[in-house]
Amino acid sequence: MPTVSPSDQRHRQLGLTDGEYALIVQQLGRHPRDTELAMLSLMWSEHCAYKHSRTTLRRLPTEGPAVLMGPGENAGVVDVGGGLGVAFKVESHNHPSAVEPFQGAATGVGGILRDIFAVGARPIAVLDSLRFGEPTSERSRYLLEQAVAGIAHYGNSVGVPTVGGEIYFEAAYEQNCLVNAMCLGLAPIGRLIRSAAAGPGNVLVLLGALTGRDGIGGASVLASAELGEGDAAKRPSVQIGDPFAEKKLLECSLELLESELLISLQDLGAAGLTSAASEMASGGGVGLDIDCDRVPLRELGLAPFEIMVSESQERMLCVVAPDRVAEVVAACERWETRATPIGEVTDSGRMRVRHAAELVADLPVSILVDDCPVYDLAPTEPVGVSLYPAPPATLAPDASAAETLLALLGSANLASRRLVYEQYDPIVQSRTVRRPDEADAAVLALPTGEALAVAIDGNGRRVACDPRAGAAEAVYECAANLTCVGATPLGLTNCLNFGNPEKPHVAWQLTEAVEGIAQACRALGVPVVGGNVSLYNEAPTDAIYPTPVIGMVGRLPDPARAGRLRFARAGDAIALVGPFAPTRAGSEVAKLSGHELAGPLPIMQTAAVRDAQDTVRTMVNAGALHNAHDIAEGGIGVALAECCVAGGIGARVALPAGLDPFAEALGQGFLVSGPDVALTGLAIIGRVGGDALELEGVLTVAVAELAAARDGGLARFL
Amino acid sequence: MKFGVIRFPGSCDEVDAQLACQRVGEAEILWHADRDLRGVDAVVVPGGFSYGDYLRAGAIARFAPVMVEVAEFARAGGLVLGICNGFQVLCEAGLLPGALLDNANLRFVFRQVSLVVVSSDSPFTRACEPDRPLSIPVKHMTGCYYAPPELLRGLQERDQVLLRYAPGHNPNGSLRDIAGVCNAARNVFGLMPHPEHAVDPLTGSIDGLAIFQSIRAAVADRLAV
Repeated sequence: MPTVSPSDQRHRQLGLTDGEYALIVQQLGRHPRDTELAMLSLMWSEHCAYKHSRTTLRRLPTEGPAVLMGPGENAGVVDVGGGLGVAFKVESHNHPSAVEPFQGAATGVGGILRDIFAVGARPIAVLDSLRFGEPTSERSRYLLEQAVAGIAHYGNSVGVPTVGGEIYFEAAYEQNCLVNAMCLGLAPIGRLIRSAAAGPGNVLVLLGALTGRDGIGGASVLASAELGEGDAAKRPSVQIGDPFAEKKLLECSLELLESELLISLQDLGAAGLTSAASEMASGGGVGLDIDCDRVPLRELGLAPFEIMVSESQERMLCVVAPDRVAEVVAACERWETRATPIGEVTDSGRMRVRHAAELVADLPVSILVDDCPVYDLAPTEPVGVSLYPAPPATLAPDASAAETLLALLGSANLASRRLVYEQYDPIVQSRTVRRPDEADAAVLALPTGEALAVAIDGNGRRVACDPRAGAAEAVYECAANLTCVGATPLGLTNCLNFGNPEKPHVAWQLTEAVEGIAQACRALGVPVVGGNVSLYNEAPTDAIYPTPVIGMVGRLPDPARAGRLRFARAGDAIALVGPFAPTRAGSEVAKLSGHELAGPLPIMQTAAVRDAQDTVRTMVNAGALHNAHDIAEGGIGVALAECCVAGGIGARVALPAGLDPFAEALGQGFLVSGPDVALTGLAIIGRVGGDALELEGVLTVAVAELAAARDGGLARFL
Repeated sequence: MKFGVIRFPGSCDEVDAQLACQRVGEAEILWHADRDLRGVDAVVVPGGFSYGDYLRAGAIARFAPVMVEVAEFARAGGLVLGICNGFQVLCEAGLLPGALLDNANLRFVFRQVSLVVVSSDSPFTRACEPDRPLSIPVKHMTGCYYAPPELLRGLQERDQVLLRYAPGHNPNGSLRDIAGVCNAARNVFGLMPHPEHAVDPLTGSIDGLAIFQSIRAAVADRLAV
């Protein structure tokens, strides 16, 4: 039995531990070859193997009546009626975006689009969840502008609308910005396709762009060893996006599926060909033979390990019956897209890679996909230590209620996002019933006459205060957004952005947050159909707030009645619905006041919140309301101001005794307005009308002043 | 009547345009590589990023085989509507005067804007009420209309500016708030706003329908002659 040579540390530089390397040697009965080591190091990375999160993720409920495909496929799919399925997934592209924000964000969009059309669905909407440092920092403004421009460049060019998103600015994200992109796709259920390869003798065909040295990442250690230091190793490892190639690849892939030419389809993402081929082989219980010499290259002289791990964008892998290959190639030619047979399906159960007639890799598929050790976390609740510094106070301690409201509306986190969303096309494909700023969730009409609603949420500061309650709140907040347009949730996807899970306090944040999400999902009956984990979001000086991002999809019966957030008609009664008992813990006003992060967050009154959601949803779907808006960051004061600004009309409100206008409890309270008769039985707190927002005995501010504060909040910085 | 909507690789709004056309007539998609307009009565060059538009918006699409037929169709008096990227393509092809530059703020802009109908004396605006502004969205990176002063003067004298952005609604720095122009023969029209995204109350306004209704009426008149 060979042993680990202490002088050979390449596996360490590739991110494998000595124990993991020893395990590989033991399983193979020999040392891995270079190409094999590169493939294994990536397949055994956290990104591909979920080795620090897999055990924790098992706590999430994944089953529900509408689920057609769950975690493990390229995207989750839920049934939306009429024979249609909606595929959706959120994924992170944090590290590339921190290095090169334009291309990092652009290829983040490109990657999530491919996940969606890999299951046979046409992408119909993109949403983005972004986190940056405070906009007072030049680096943060640069990252923001470039990331937004990158998303716009890619999303707009491929003709998929960007219908929603969220942005938070916190010092904790100064070094590690977060760029999470979510995509939804629509497909007839019968056309959905899985990634499992099948049928020994069938042909493996690579579609799309040429393979180059981009995105080789951790494997660059091998590159330097083979090619000489300072050469290839130092090339930028961020991938460059080509939305035109993606657009052709998308149309071409969907056409191939429509012609029933494909047996299976898989996108190439992290770890490139290695990951795509391994997952296809593993899913089908087959083997694959790949001939590197047949992979079309962007430049000469790529080593086989580079070909196998390259993350060049805009590529897909498919399995085709031998007698249909010519048809596939012809269809691709019409779309000016390359289609190259590079290998075949075998019954060997092995991944065999040839290069220049030499066998450079011969591994059991199982060692690539199944044998990576799974680590238990060692969570420890940090007691008596403050993990994050208190933010600097920007609001005077003696600020009046009116000054506080204006400061909140103009704060980076609550100010209007118009400057950002105006850079995205939200209407292409002619489905968008509610555009950004019109409602709490985006609404997309379905060919069945019904509609989809989608929202994305995740407040890291509140999760930092109380991981379990904060993560649960994100689920409730998403559900509340769907409720306000009249939608019933069908499923959710999550992106778990955390620090280094090997640190006990990060492990604690992760396990607590997942538990919070799991509890909320069970309480609301919403399954998790897929997602992504992004760990190690740390710089030497700071770690991010624990940031689970939740993307939720729902269904509503009548798009014409989809709720809107703006106050509409003078004289309408305003009601407060829900068990709304907010506190200032983790709130925006606490941040502006310079308070340290501290819980506990308000206790979620699960049954009462569910009842409130049902009440609001039923009224919206009955067409009884003129507006519906959930109370989120900034409390009821900011929520009322948002309704006023959107409608260009004021309101006069008497807050319930003792209710702090700026205290927060996310996803637990709703503001609705309409004729008195529609609001019978609800707690009426005021009326729409006039040109100012008046909270009796608290503040009066002109709507124009509220609008100016909200509009100017980000414009100051951009 | 039948519309033909061209599909280049990189077109994004061709299906949207087809759906809008189908509200007033028949419509089919025409493939960029085919030198064949399949007997359609009017051609729509749609929005998007034809061939990626990496070089200059519309600069490659003008060389597409189908554009040879479009130019011939236009010379014979056929009605050609270019929307957004289509407007850029028609300018590059020399079928419309002027050029489109990057937006003044160098950012992509999506916005619902208000348009003034400057002239309803055209096959594309004849169904528009002269004093009623149109609410139609724009969404583009390269929509700043430019023409040298002499040409601008000529366009105005010949009543070729059919649409302007209403005061305060110019989203891209276009000279004289120009949103859409036609050729001297008045049978080729390009505009940056997207009338095909303003045809259904569910998804926005319905003010864009007037453009498609105008084309339908003009074609009907011609067929009747």
